[in-house]
Amino acid sequence: MKTKLFLILALALSIVLTGCDSDGGKGSKAGMIGSNAAEKVYVAPGEHDEFYAFLSGGFSGQVSVYGLPSGRLFKVIPVFSQDGEKGYGYNEETKPMLETSHGFVPWDDSHHPELSQTDGVPDGRFLFINGNNTPRIAKIDLRTFETTEIIEIPNSAGNHSSPFTTENSEYLVAGTRFSIPITETDVSVKEYAEKFQGMLTFVSVSPDEVGDMEIDFQILMPGFDYDLAHSGKGPSHGWTFFTTYNTEKASTMKEVNASQNDKDFIAAVNWKKAQEYIKAGKFHTMPSNYLNNEYSDHTHMATSKKMTSTRVLIPSECPGLVYYLPTPKSPHGVDVDPSGEYIVGNGKLSADLTVHSYSKMIKAIEAKAFEKEIDGIPVLKYDQVVAGVVEKPGLGPLHTEFDGKGFAYTTFFISSEVVKWKLGTWEIVDRIPSYYSVGHLMIPGGDSRKPWGKYLVSLNKITKDRYLPTGPELAHSAQLYDISGDKMELLLDFPTIGEPHYAQAIAADVIKDKSLKYYKLDDNKHPYAVKNEKDTRVERKGNEVHVYLTTIRSHFSPDWIEGVKLGDVVYFHLTNLEQDWDVPHGFAIKGANNAELLVMPGQTETLKWIPKSVGMFPMYCTDFCSALHQEMQGYVRVHPANANVKLSWGLGENETQGK
Amino acid sequence: MKKKSSRIVMIIGSLMLLLVFMFPLWSITLEAPQFPEGINMYIWVNQITGDTESTLQNMNILNHYIGMQKIEPDSIPELQYFPYVIILMSALGVLFGLFGNRKTFIIWAIILIILGILGVYDFYMWEYDYGHNLDPRAPIKVPGMVYQPPLFGSEYLLNFRAISYPALGSLFLGGSILFSGLAFFMSKEKKEIKDEKAA
Repeated sequence: MKTKLFLILALALSIVLTGCDSDGGKGSKAGMIGSNAAEKVYVAPGEHDEFYAFLSGGFSGQVSVYGLPSGRLFKVIPVFSQDGEKGYGYNEETKPMLETSHGFVPWDDSHHPELSQTDGVPDGRFLFINGNNTPRIAKIDLRTFETTEIIEIPNSAGNHSSPFTTENSEYLVAGTRFSIPITETDVSVKEYAEKFQGMLTFVSVSPDEVGDMEIDFQILMPGFDYDLAHSGKGPSHGWTFFTTYNTEKASTMKEVNASQNDKDFIAAVNWKKAQEYIKAGKFHTMPSNYLNNEYSDHTHMATSKKMTSTRVLIPSECPGLVYYLPTPKSPHGVDVDPSGEYIVGNGKLSADLTVHSYSKMIKAIEAKAFEKEIDGIPVLKYDQVVAGVVEKPGLGPLHTEFDGKGFAYTTFFISSEVVKWKLGTWEIVDRIPSYYSVGHLMIPGGDSRKPWGKYLVSLNKITKDRYLPTGPELAHSAQLYDISGDKMELLLDFPTIGEPHYAQAIAADVIKDKSLKYYKLDDNKHPYAVKNEKDTRVERKGNEVHVYLTTIRSHFSPDWIEGVKLGDVVYFHLTNLEQDWDVPHGFAIKGANNAELLVMPGQTETLKWIPKSVGMFPMYCTDFCSALHQEMQGYVRVHPANANVKLSWGLGENETQGK
Repeated sequence: MKKKSSRIVMIIGSLMLLLVFMFPLWSITLEAPQFPEGINMYIWVNQITGDTESTLQNMNILNHYIGMQKIEPDSIPELQYFPYVIILMSALGVLFGLFGNRKTFIIWAIILIILGILGVYDFYMWEYDYGHNLDPRAPIKVPGMVYQPPLFGSEYLLNFRAISYPALGSLFLGGSILFSGLAFFMSKEKKEIKDEKAA
């Protein structure tokens, strides 16, 4: 009841606040937009943007790459969802990327992109992102802008507090948003309080150029909902902080029942301590089924590894591993400032914003200033850890980022605004409306030790009248603010793909010169690759037909095939012989039940095709490659199942008959 | 003393000739809007290269639309025997520097000039052949159009601007000629001084 009343009051207040804000409200839809805003976001044709921005696709399952300050979209990187445009998850090579212990899962909900870091600064090697629904973490190689690894997170459900790197990407974390019975057994939801538990997973990343992900250990926690996380930096390096809600352990009508406690917790995990406990053998080996899928740039193929166990630490057996910091009220984001001292708990149902102090936390631990214990986890005394409170900053605080100049910026969903405040004095210095109902925000490097404190992007949940209407379903939006001066200034408003939850951005210079132009054909180790037209051929193995196919402007080799029979399963292994920048070739064949292939120069990809009828089936190049692109086409003849024919194929004057 | 220095200049000039193995003789650049980096081809005494290993392949792909023959360095005999001519000339020059006289200096220079002219003529003939001898079944045929790149300067060939100039290797070849000529004149100067003294 109390919470409902609070929410109604909050909504009412937000209406009042918006009403008062005559400047940004009715007068102009542009809000407080400066006269030179266009100049600040204008990137002339042919010029490059200053930053790469990586926006999560949310329920699209992908990552989109934008330029800042222009807001131009460069690429949508397929990660957790099949993508017909690129054949991702449809071609034989990338299908294993989407395999899980639940089988083939061709969709997910991607929330939080996270750049790899060295010394607490984004280093431009990799981008990681969580899959929320079927718990996974993916790695994108920023040389190729392709997904090269996906690891499933076992004993988890709703991988929301993830991936949030440590200072040198020693670890990515994966906290579960849903507690579940561990290990999975047949339990009633009514037994939540007694039998449900939450798992925090630490995934190691190898420091080499592969960045191989492995599950190092898991921590079995009380049955709360683990919402978001951030790792410490500088002095607090070695700790990771997770927010919790539903410390009430409610199992139904959570919007009310999980909003009762005045304070929930931020869980502070000492992962260096965890490493010591692992080394000392204080872990339990838990049978856990999960898959680790890796894509190789040399074989151009993904493979799935089945994993069968994890090492689990139990806090009550490992003193000093985890502490709870009381934080009002259902804190959502937890954000660590560039110095590593301040830990901001964005209590989404709280009227104030709570900031904890890392150094006070360490003192409180040393002084054993505990209020109580929960399942062996000490709860620190609130007044012993709190550094300060930003009073009445707005309604519904969700996330905070930093500019590296002593200021923090917090989003307020209900009052639909970004509020700038000063670290240490906790005073509010500026506020600016967002259009509408901002969730995450992002400052390039704003969660690192060295933010590029020039721009701020708000990622908004509601669009309504901001763009030309497109029926009931509208794009989500992002707004770009200039934060280089004392006052925040709205510069640009651009639509996004899916739901951009969180985003990351990095100075373009760190990445752009490392970007690969094409794959070297000589390095192609794909088992079905052919390196020149002389070796192209068609082979039959029972009812399997393997076509060793090549492309080069502007023809396929071979460009006609006869002798395929009804009942055959045909694999087109297409190698793109081109060795030039920006010359992909596509491949499509009539009636294929999957998608096209889009093959980069030097790469090999395979399309599986099961013809359903006798006849002549055209195939063609789908990516306008050259002046004679339209001629880049061919035929596959399908005979009746009982036809007594041999395979034959050809190109121009060359003609070959198979066995 | 002076005579010795002219021999050194002759030897330097002869050895300088070997630098054509380190630098290309000629460069041809193709420019078009969709090739922002340009396509650069380099003609050496013993090879044809591009900015990347695949430049020749890419150039051949473009050329095949207009029916131009493939540029295949292995099938160009000059690239096989020119290196021997250069090594021979260089060795001869060193020998002349050590044991020859001013007459052999100038003979060497004249031979090199003749070889240079022949080389440029040969290069022109190859360009002529590539530009004129087109496959009659080419997909793109523009009536009256030939695709011979210029020897020196730039010219528009359909959508491409072809730019052709001598490269660093040619400069060193010219340097060799210049040095041998210099050696010739230096040795002459010396004689004059001797004559003055005698008088």
